[in-house]
Amino acid sequence: MLLTASPSGLEQLWFALIGVLWLGYFFLEGFDFGVGILMPFVSRDDTDRRVAINTIGPVWDGNEVWLLTAGGATFAAFPLWYATVFSGFYLALFLILAALIFRGMAFELRHRREDEAWARWWDRAIFWGSALPALLWGVAFADFVHGVPIGPHATWTGNFFDLLKPYALLGGLATLSLFTLHGATYLGLKTDGEVRERARSLASRLAPLALLVVFAFLAWTYQSSRTMHHAGLVPPLLPILGLGALASVAWLTRERLEGWSFIGTAFAIVAFFATLLLNLYPNVLVSSVSPADTLSITASASHPYTLEVMSWVALIFTPLVLAYQTWTYWIFRRRVRRPGTPAAEPASPAG
Amino acid sequence: MNLSVLAVSTLSLARWQFAVTTVFHFLFVPLTIGLGLLVAVLQTAAYRTKSDDYERATRFFGKLFLVNFAIGVVTGIVQEFQFGMDWSRYSVFVGNIFGAPLAIEGLLAFFMESTFLGVWIFGRGRVSPKIHLASIWLASLGTILSAAFIVAANSWMQHPVGYAIDAHTHQAVMTNFWAVMTNSTFLLAYGHVLFSALLTGSTFMVAVAAWHVRHDHDRPAFSKAVRIALVVTLVSAVGTIFMGDSQAKQMERQQPMKMAAAEALYTSTNGASFSLLTIGDLAGNPVFQVRVPHILSVLATNTWNGRVEGIDQIQAAAAKKYGPGSYVPVIWILYWSFRIMVGLGFLLLGLGAIGLWLMYRRRLEDSPRFLRFATWMALAPFVANSVGWIFTEVGRQPWVVYGLLKTSNAVTLIAPGFVATSFIGFTAIYTLLAIVEIGLLVRLAKVPAPPTPAAEPELVY
Ligand code: HDD
Ligand code: HEM
Ligand code: HEM
Repeated sequence: MLLTASPSGLEQLWFALIGVLWLGYFFLEGFDFGVGILMPFVSRDDTDRRVAINTIGPVWDGNEVWLLTAGGATFAAFPLWYATVFSGFYLALFLILAALIFRGMAFELRHRREDEAWARWWDRAIFWGSALPALLWGVAFADFVHGVPIGPHATWTGNFFDLLKPYALLGGLATLSLFTLHGATYLGLKTDGEVRERARSLASRLAPLALLVVFAFLAWTYQSSRTMHHAGLVPPLLPILGLGALASVAWLTRERLEGWSFIGTAFAIVAFFATLLLNLYPNVLVSSVSPADTLSITASASHPYTLEVMSWVALIFTPLVLAYQTWTYWIFRRRVRRPGTPAAEPASPAG
Repeated sequence: MNLSVLAVSTLSLARWQFAVTTVFHFLFVPLTIGLGLLVAVLQTAAYRTKSDDYERATRFFGKLFLVNFAIGVVTGIVQEFQFGMDWSRYSVFVGNIFGAPLAIEGLLAFFMESTFLGVWIFGRGRVSPKIHLASIWLASLGTILSAAFIVAANSWMQHPVGYAIDAHTHQAVMTNFWAVMTNSTFLLAYGHVLFSALLTGSTFMVAVAAWHVRHDHDRPAFSKAVRIALVVTLVSAVGTIFMGDSQAKQMERQQPMKMAAAEALYTSTNGASFSLLTIGDLAGNPVFQVRVPHILSVLATNTWNGRVEGIDQIQAAAAKKYGPGSYVPVIWILYWSFRIMVGLGFLLLGLGAIGLWLMYRRRLEDSPRFLRFATWMALAPFVANSVGWIFTEVGRQPWVVYGLLKTSNAVTLIAPGFVATSFIGFTAIYTLLAIVEIGLLVRLAKVPAPPTPAAEPELVY
């Protein structure tokens, strides 16, 4: 099925739109995860931890909806893809869901009791609930590209450990380090005082590490890729730009260009996932056991009528959603600081 | 690996998992929808009257609303993904149709509720009071919209419309989106669900406020809350009952087996009587029964002597139409879930009516018996909501999509070990969450509303 019937325009559009939803999700929730992972490391006391959590407080749920919409859109536009991935990645998905459950509860419940032990438990939930998905999403996307054991009729023939091949684990480390770094640049941009300083120094130390892991992973992807050449990615411009952005982050943080470092990590994340998705095209899930069972866009797509209806809905409502989400980032643009410290200047891209 | 053997236990595990996680999600959902709207009403009153009583009430119930909202969100994420995990053959079959409302729900409703709720939580003192008020209304509208799309999706499974079956892929494909969104089953179910959600929120508010009135905490704020909530309770109880009655009539046409099973009515009857309760077995040999003549016919057909089909006749017709097999759902579940729901509906109607009457006689605050009763009634809507869905969903069996796809053909073909792991995992997590959540809600509900702070705190979370 590999590279046979080429997808129709509508199918291409929906592959692209779902790609955009995933990119949006990783760009946005990427820093949420990073903040959660870094929270223990940028804080000296409970107030510091609250400063970190408050930087994402108003937005984390909206950011998570990008995932829900990506899931729903995949269900509607590519039912076979949705069905195969979610049943195949069963236990991995269960772990992600469990992590997201505890993490989401933690944000709302942590401050509801004046009780040290209570807050400590939720802090753990925030850390593990952020670190685990940050790792597992990378594993999952690497598996999409490299292939998983699916047989005829899109049925899963492997087990949980088939998901944890070295390549996929490296992919997981890549996203874990990318998101952590992204969280560090976000905290640099959104906090003040000591938390800001700690975030900055963490970012400049994390950046080379992330660069190394991401480079190793992309090189492996490129070297073993079946389709990258077909996607017009020779030379692979997008991953190189992404790596360039990542390389500049260490320097940008040292120069205190906080806005630019955040843009740098954001761009690196977008380029990273866009590379993987382009690499997948025109398939959605590669079978590692028999190429004939690889799921293509066309084979898994819904009928044109469903895609048309959804295109209209997306056309009308996406701009609206983007407008009000952007507006909330604007309202909450001020740096979060410890109570009682003098007012900080609003964050701006120039730092 | 013999998948057809495995599928049997995978099937029952998947059903249990779906039932547990969904009923759990829906414990909190109606409270979110109902209380969200009531908090918006309270805040509007505070904004209009500039009364600090309303302001304190808004903040007090707003806090409870948020704690409840969080658990609705995190359990909802599981819902979104478990169709693919446990019901992959279902997902392939219905994706064209069922996926669309789910995707649209994300785009139209979830973004709206989560974004504006963020503005509401963090915006106090940062945005103007007008925008702050607008944000709770928009968040509430988001929850109401989200219910529309998910109930439309569910109603399509109860009564498929606007579709065709693709000859090659054997998938159901959508032919008319408008038909899906104006499905007669959906319109009634949506009304019933919205009224029952409002009833859940208002009963909760009556219950909590009544407790504080009885303990003489902050009477000005809580008496105001109780008054608003009692009016809403009465109106939404009437609405719930009215919509439910219309659903029952429609059900007699669309899913006669569900109606017959709910009544344990084995043979078709004219002028059928309604059984209020039965002791003994439901297979036609009761030990003791209370029956009201003709009422079942009235309920199902709106006529005194209307004909209500019986289980045996419907089973025979179904076997002829769809092939051999049993088309009878579990009768005792349907019989009792229906009676519990309807009974609680009238009890809640009573709560609203008595409360308003006491209010009219200006005796509400001095009726400790009523106030105590009102507090206990907080449990009723949660029970009614759960048995309502159990009735709807179990009554559709053996179908998952009525007349088109059987539940046994919908389940993912994977080893039961996977499903067992996640079922045990989710059940454990949810039990833990329930203990923490309900403990916290009760705790917070008992702390009297604090005075409105002069300045908003800098750190909200
Ligand atoms: C009648 C209403 C109703 C019903 C039947 C369901 N839900 Fe629900 N759901 C809501 C009404 C709702 C809500 C009121 O919009 C919630 C509850 C609490 C909340 O935060 O939003 C919500 C939350 C919620 C979320 C999280 C949204 C967020 O992050 O803000 C998801 C993904 C789902 N639901 C998905 C589902 C699915 C797939 C269901 C089908 C089995 C389902 N819900 C049944
Ligand atoms: C759009 C929303 C919903 C969809 C798509 C849906 C779909 C399903 C599916 C696929 C099953 C599995 C078949 C089975 O286990 O028998 C099921 C069963 C069930 N659902 Fe729903 N459901 C929805 C909403 C709800 C809600 C909100 C509740 C309750 C709060 C609920 C309660 C149940 C119960 C109790 C079962 C088990 C029935 C049984 O196994 O006999 N459902 N539903
Ligand atoms: C006298 C009162 C009531 C009547 C006659 C009634 C009737 C019905 C009927 C016939 C259904 C099944 C619809 C179907 O399967 O297609 C239903 C479902 C349901 N009921 Fe009720 N009901 C009543 C009270 C209540 C109350 C008080 C609540 C909650 C507070 C409630 C919550 C639900 C829910 C959540 C469902 C499932 C969703 C749906 O199918 O609409 N009901 N009801």
